[in-house]
Amino acid sequence: MTHALFALLQVADPQRSPTDGMFILFGLIKAVAAFGIYMLCVAYTTLAERRVAGWIQDRLGPNRVGWEGFLQPIADGVKNFMKEEALPGSGNTVLFILAPAMAFVPAMITWAVIPFGSPLPVPGVGLVDMVVADLPVGFLFTLAISSLGVYGITIAGWSSNNKYALLGGLRASAQMISYEIAMGMSTVCVLLLAGNVNLNAVVAQQASQGWNVVLLTLAFFIFAVAGLAETNRVPFDLPEAESELIAGYHAEYSSMRYSMFPLAEYANIITSSSLMITLFFGGWDIPFTQWDNLPPWTVTKTLLTMGLYVFKVMFFVFAFIWLRWTLPRFRYDQLMSLGWKVLLPMALVYITVVASLVLGLDAAGLARTSYAYRGAFLGMNLVFVVLVFWVLDRGRIVSPAFSRLERDRITRLQTAAARSDLLTGKGA
Amino acid sequence: MAITTRVVERPVNEASYVRATFQGLALTFKHLVDPHKVTVQYPEEKWDIGPRWRGTHRMLTTEDGKAKCVACGLCPTVCPANCIKLVPGVDAEGNRYPAVFDIDEFRCIFCGYCQEVCPEEAIHLGRHYENAEYDRKDFVYDLTRLTSQTHAVCEMWDPADPRGE
Repeated sequence: MTHALFALLQVADPQRSPTDGMFILFGLIKAVAAFGIYMLCVAYTTLAERRVAGWIQDRLGPNRVGWEGFLQPIADGVKNFMKEEALPGSGNTVLFILAPAMAFVPAMITWAVIPFGSPLPVPGVGLVDMVVADLPVGFLFTLAISSLGVYGITIAGWSSNNKYALLGGLRASAQMISYEIAMGMSTVCVLLLAGNVNLNAVVAQQASQGWNVVLLTLAFFIFAVAGLAETNRVPFDLPEAESELIAGYHAEYSSMRYSMFPLAEYANIITSSSLMITLFFGGWDIPFTQWDNLPPWTVTKTLLTMGLYVFKVMFFVFAFIWLRWTLPRFRYDQLMSLGWKVLLPMALVYITVVASLVLGLDAAGLARTSYAYRGAFLGMNLVFVVLVFWVLDRGRIVSPAFSRLERDRITRLQTAAARSDLLTGKGA
Repeated sequence: MAITTRVVERPVNEASYVRATFQGLALTFKHLVDPHKVTVQYPEEKWDIGPRWRGTHRMLTTEDGKAKCVACGLCPTVCPANCIKLVPGVDAEGNRYPAVFDIDEFRCIFCGYCQEVCPEEAIHLGRHYENAEYDRKDFVYDLTRLTSQTHAVCEMWDPADPRGE
């Protein structure tokens, strides 16, 4: 039994000796602490969403349970557990029960590889990495796991035996596939710059080179849009579009099983924010100083970097909520057209340019941390930012309502309408 | 394509996504930090209700605590919802009084005709809205209940002062 456990641990981290008991102990502590904090954050994100929604709409939001509503998530949980659970009579019961867990777990697992602080020195043990599992293939792991979450949603839609739920589930899967590609492509640029898929290495690269959001703004933009789409948040919450699909994939769910889907969504928000921070905002790095990235490692450094990391995550969670209460929902064909016709080509062009630049600068013999190297990236970035956010942003519509009609057919219809009172409704 | 479908062309020249999003975010942020909120914290704070608010009834009394009602029967006659039950009685001095005066507040449509028609200014609608009860039968207000209410009464519409100023 223990041998199997050691073997598993060695798979997780081949650098460690399999008999390293302290590693197991600290792994356990980190996993339990991270899980607890993560669940707490997910619960309080629900409260944050409702309060921020209230404030944005000039309301107050839930402020009754406890001080300023701080016990509201607990009250919600109790309420949901007490509610009656209804199973759809002709649905697939096994999958129906399994789906909420399938939606929730991947969001949580993704978080295991994200580094959240500088290494902590522990007397007698040495350095303990502030990441639950420091996988050598960390980033690939997040890509692989994060797209698994859509299985829960699709299966929820399928097993409900409800046409709206099924449509919601199908939309979720189509949306996930479309945006997963753009998301993967946008991160290729980061990996080109970092030269490593380990997330700790990505953080170290940003500490030495400057944050990727400054060097690769467009990649961040694509990643953020795709991240919004992957978490099924407004403006891309097509799977649960109330106005057309009632509640979409969770229309048939009730009680705590229903509650698992919103919780999964908030878990995904936190994970997505953490990924954005790790890939583009320097992870736990404190900007404008090298003090936090170099030994000697101290407890103060760990606490400060962790604090900054939490602050960054909170900001991005807030940004997710803020966007949700600002933007209207995309139409479904607009969503698809944005994913395939805008983000994907943009990401492909960007990869080509970034790869050429990396290749050219390396061939020119410039050091990666030198000012010339960073300046070249900054210049390239500036060109793209002006081009995309200023020039291309004006005068274009993603899949307008008339795009499915031929231009001359529209003209013919309009002239016919102008001739006839019946067509314009004036004759009625 | 349905015959009445109109093709709306969007102002493509003015369309933008990133910049429009930032404008929207700025607007919502302004509301987010705006200290003025419209919420009324209900059990602690309450709205001022209008002087012509028509709520549950109240029977006014004379100085000796008896209902002003003389059981003339006008209010059950005028009531369009037929919610007033009146049984007149005659006391030792020969004065008419309401032996039974029940108003079913569930049937009542709060039109205010009873108040308008009352020659003695006895029955009134109240400026009052917290009417919860634990039992349905408690919504039939009898004379004791109607006379013991203390909330302000409705000021009916006055043709001389149509805006109620």
